[in-house]
Amino acid sequence: MRTVAVVGASLAGLRSVEELRKQGFDGRIVVIGEEVHAPYDRPPLTKAFLAGTLPAAELALSDDDFAAEWKLGVRADRVDPSTGSVHLSSGEIVRTDGLVIATGGRPRALPGTAAMSGVHTLRTLDDAVALQADLRPGARVVVVGAGWIGAEVASTCRALDLDVTVVEAAPVPMERALGATLGALCADLHTDHGVELRLGVGVAAFAHNGSRVTGVVLRDGSHLPADVVVAGIGMEPATGWLRGSGLPLDNGVLCDTGCVTSIPSVVAVGDVARYRTPLGGHVRHEHWTNASEQPVVAVRNLLAGATIETFRPSGYVWSDQYGVRLQIAGETAGADEIAVIDGSPDDRKFVAEFRRSGQPVGIFAMNNAKLFGRMRRQLAAATG
Amino acid sequence: MITACAVDDLPVGESMRISGEVAIAVFNADGEIYAIDDTCSHQDASLSEGWLEGCFVECPLHAALFDLRTGVPTCLPAKKPVRTYSVVVQDGMIYVDTRSREAVA
Ligand SMILES: Cc1cc2nc3c(=O)[nH]c(=O)nc-3n(C[C@H](O)[C@H](O)[C@H](O)COP(=O)(O)OP(=O)(O)OC[C@H]3O[C@@H](n4cnc5c(N)ncnc54)[C@H](O)[C@@H]3O)c2cc1C
Ligand code: FES
Repeated sequence: MRTVAVVGASLAGLRSVEELRKQGFDGRIVVIGEEVHAPYDRPPLTKAFLAGTLPAAELALSDDDFAAEWKLGVRADRVDPSTGSVHLSSGEIVRTDGLVIATGGRPRALPGTAAMSGVHTLRTLDDAVALQADLRPGARVVVVGAGWIGAEVASTCRALDLDVTVVEAAPVPMERALGATLGALCADLHTDHGVELRLGVGVAAFAHNGSRVTGVVLRDGSHLPADVVVAGIGMEPATGWLRGSGLPLDNGVLCDTGCVTSIPSVVAVGDVARYRTPLGGHVRHEHWTNASEQPVVAVRNLLAGATIETFRPSGYVWSDQYGVRLQIAGETAGADEIAVIDGSPDDRKFVAEFRRSGQPVGIFAMNNAKLFGRMRRQLAAATG
Repeated sequence: MITACAVDDLPVGESMRISGEVAIAVFNADGEIYAIDDTCSHQDASLSEGWLEGCFVECPLHAALFDLRTGVPTCLPAKKPVRTYSVVVQDGMIYVDTRSREAVA
């Protein structure tokens, strides 16, 4: 293998480049990234960066270029696996022997808001800069969606002393991952900090003055005045450029248990990769640690030309909301029993174990990083 | 010099945090006592809550690994070292020099 192209210059792309070098690949690496920025860290975009306490320069993920060719501000438009060529928006064609797909995803937009200013999604640094500019003193903010991104944006907006309403169509936030009781605890975090939480009601329409959003109309008929609306309604994997490539796509790039696609010289990593689990079925994660860990296995298999190693997810996710650190590991979604094993949810400092048929499958902690870290290792050892 | 704690209160594999102007994390790594900045050089995490393995501590937030002897991270996402501090063990007590090694040097 002489040339490897990495498409997507964010966390998973950067980690792939790093792993290629670490694992001894000394050929040519070409990285193609649509954003003009060198790889940067997204999690602070809802947290310290949005709050104005972490400058953009601090977001850079690495100071090293790993002797790769970085083509930034350039999109991969299509790929032809039969000839190993990647066609770029600049007109250039890159010929490669190996391809790493690390294109992540794009945020879902609120329908009917395309032409309205004041309505934001949050995925990129440019998105965060645009949102920040709109968060003027006194602004009334409506956040649609109480998932991770929505909850963190609401928390940061409250820290900026803005008026915040969170609208969530589900009756309990985070219920799928955390269950009804702990989901309700997440709801309390919002209301304890002066957020108006509208649960179990969807958005019907947006009011505007011709160019700018002025409010949100809910399905129950109520009207929320708004200067700024932020959508936290999920993302779609960025696979449009792979249409017609012959690679199997279905809510992401389908790959095997080792992140290898139907072509052994093409692997997928990070938010875009939907890999096969040892139990069958495919999963895709949208979390930082997954994007950081998958490249280790994917690159090993790419360089070997076959799937010699299986990816084992840690399922680790963290979130910071209202000064509370939330951490999750394992598979909390499939649990039939949740037991608080240390501390108390009332104090916002506890660790809970998620079990299925009596066996631990996941852990959730608020403000208890130390015990969480220990239990996370025990869980990995027990389920491994 | 400030008093961290009694040696007996910091068994092997344990860590503690000394709050102050700059919080310091103190570790007992297989009998050897080390002190470094408690706040991770990457983002906002307390290294005294991290996972101790040999003379390395893994950050509890994003798993950057720091060498307790030098403060240097061995992997991303941390890029900058944390400061290290001299430790004196005397009469069963652990004392930490709150001037970092670089400041002293
Ligand atoms: C605001 C925010 C906060 C988050 N907070 C947390 C958190 O607290 N904890 C946590 O665990 N996770 C968090 N995440 C999730 C985490 O950041 C993602 O899982 C991670 O960024 C995924 O990395 P990736 O490299 O797979 O994809 P991405 O980061 O999405 O990067 C993909 C890159 O590919 C580029 N690209 C796409 N298509 C093309 C193309 N055709 N050609 C060239 N380039 C292309 C894109 O422009 C982008 O730069 C957060 C995400 C966001 C957006
Ligand atoms: S805060 Fe320590 S590695 Fe990120």
